[in-house]
Amino acid sequence: MGFFLEVLIGGLMTGMLYSLVALGFVLIFKASGVFNFAQGAMVLFAALAMARFSEWIPGWLGIANPVVANILAFIIAAFIMFLVAWLIERLVLRHLVNQEGATLLMATLGIAYFIDGLGQTVFGSDIYKIDVGMPKEPVMVLQDVFAGGLLINKEDFIAALVAALLVAALALFFQKTSTGRALRAVADDHQAAQSIGIPLNRIWVIVWTVAGIVALVAGIIWGSKMGVQFSLVTVALRALPVVILGGLTSVPGAIIGGLIIGVGEKMSEVYLGPLVGGGIEIWFAYMLALVFLLFRPQGLFGEKIIDRV
Amino acid sequence: MIYRENGQFKTSYAADQQIFPILQDRWAILGILVFAFVAVPLLADEYLFRAILIPFLILSLAALGVNLLVGYCGQITLGAGAFMAVGAYAAYNFFVRVDDMPLLAALLLGGATSAAVGVVFGVPSLRVRGLYLAVATLAAQFFWDWAFLRIKWFTNDSSSGSVSVSNLSAFGWDLESPTDVYLFCLLILVVFALLAKNMTRGAIGRQWMAIRDMDVAAEVIGIRPMYAKLSAFAVSSFFLGVAGGLWGFVHLGAWEPAAFSLDRSFQLLFMVIIGGLGSIMGSFFGAAFIVILPIFLNQMLPWLGDLVGVSISTAGVSHAEIMIFGALIVFFLIVEPHGIARLWSTAKEKLRLWPFPH
Repeated sequence: MGFFLEVLIGGLMTGMLYSLVALGFVLIFKASGVFNFAQGAMVLFAALAMARFSEWIPGWLGIANPVVANILAFIIAAFIMFLVAWLIERLVLRHLVNQEGATLLMATLGIAYFIDGLGQTVFGSDIYKIDVGMPKEPVMVLQDVFAGGLLINKEDFIAALVAALLVAALALFFQKTSTGRALRAVADDHQAAQSIGIPLNRIWVIVWTVAGIVALVAGIIWGSKMGVQFSLVTVALRALPVVILGGLTSVPGAIIGGLIIGVGEKMSEVYLGPLVGGGIEIWFAYMLALVFLLFRPQGLFGEKIIDRV
Repeated sequence: MIYRENGQFKTSYAADQQIFPILQDRWAILGILVFAFVAVPLLADEYLFRAILIPFLILSLAALGVNLLVGYCGQITLGAGAFMAVGAYAAYNFFVRVDDMPLLAALLLGGATSAAVGVVFGVPSLRVRGLYLAVATLAAQFFWDWAFLRIKWFTNDSSSGSVSVSNLSAFGWDLESPTDVYLFCLLILVVFALLAKNMTRGAIGRQWMAIRDMDVAAEVIGIRPMYAKLSAFAVSSFFLGVAGGLWGFVHLGAWEPAAFSLDRSFQLLFMVIIGGLGSIMGSFFGAAFIVILPIFLNQMLPWLGDLVGVSISTAGVSHAEIMIFGALIVFFLIVEPHGIARLWSTAKEKLRLWPFPH
């Protein structure tokens, strides 16, 4: 029982991290109808910027305090993500309005290649560390309830907490601010939003910036877990089943989907993996999402698809 | 003036329905075929064959398969590489485990296996659509990547999934020199391209296109979506399977699952989108573009760097390469979202009116 709970909690915490990446997909899809395959590249790019600037800043400014350096690096990285968003809107999205989904998908793949190359040209292609002072050592809890207690990874716990906070902040931003209201209007209907005077282009820049900052947070968390390296790009591929399971247009869906996929992945790896030779978690997540899709083709919380001939 | 169908009157149904109704087109195709079968083997050297021509032919075949599914039937797939892998490994198993298995039969059986697998992974298309389907097809990609790495039976108990074949021959024709390999691939490609063209002109192709344009409406006018969608998956996977078999057998000779990774799927999708969705011709254009561009960039960048006095490191070249590749793809999509095939047909329209367009 103790072991089962440990796996369950581990899965939930990984799931939180997946939903963080999935959020980026959902935000952009809602606002611009673009399925953003470049999300993984953005995570890598943001993490690279963060890692490198936190390394460079103490040398440039003579600040020895790592906290200040990290905060400055975060601000600079966030600004860079804003620039990226602005450039993408200016150079790509603006010219591809009203194209088919497949064309837009391919365009974001092109962007992904470009950002991958750019990030590694500017920031280098070695493995870098992000150290934001997350505790590494695991802790034991509930020792008096179970024999042996539960082993919980503190780092994962903090990461999950940060993810939850970010989601809450985004929910507030969407529900309570006028920009958030404009974003929701655009998500509902582009033309109607435009006709009442919401500037579509600015909204897209904002959304891509928000997605970029979400990517930055995801990049920092994943980067401090496994190092900033090219394989961070694959994190986005692991978050894709989360997105379709939760529904492409639903923020809560990204969270619930992330938790389901996280738990499913961990459970399958622990209980099913040894039977078939291990390494199954990546396709198992997709299969799990497929099973859900067979019953709800628009995802758990997606908007109902209505066809008219 | 030269390219005009004036005065070419059709006197029979057969003449009216031929693939190339314009005489000049027929001559052009004949010319291209003669050029490809006779002149190219005489002119090209080994590097050209191995680095450009053979990959181009095989990937054209694969792009044809993807185009049938994505361009004609409207089902976006990101798992094309997986079906190539299934074709390659199935052909390998038939080739190695069955005594005296002819190469061509092994390839076709590999294609058939791939078609069967394609039908299974096409089942979600009956329920989900569009981008949801695209992500769902990734399941095929990751599943088969895993299967060929971990399930030893598929790879005849080789470690890490790498297998190799040698001493290939078809009908007593040894496929040793690059020229032979080139001709073999070209023959298969011509047959399959003809097949694809005729399929898209026939009943089945029209059903696919109806499904693509609007599946609910197609269902209302009596097209069975299940039959149309699954047949598109089957035919597309068959093409991909044969292409995968060729890629493994005659191009690589020895391969591992990474040869058919997700990047390959993306590459194939790039080909059909850049070439032109729903166009047989476009598949060839797209394949040529995607095969030649990286090689071109790879050769050009160091030269350009020397020109302006900057020496670019190997890593720098590879990073700049993917940057330019990505940028060019975006550029192409913005300039001509309907692909090179559209440019081609615009050019043909212009040519018909030339030299007096008004």
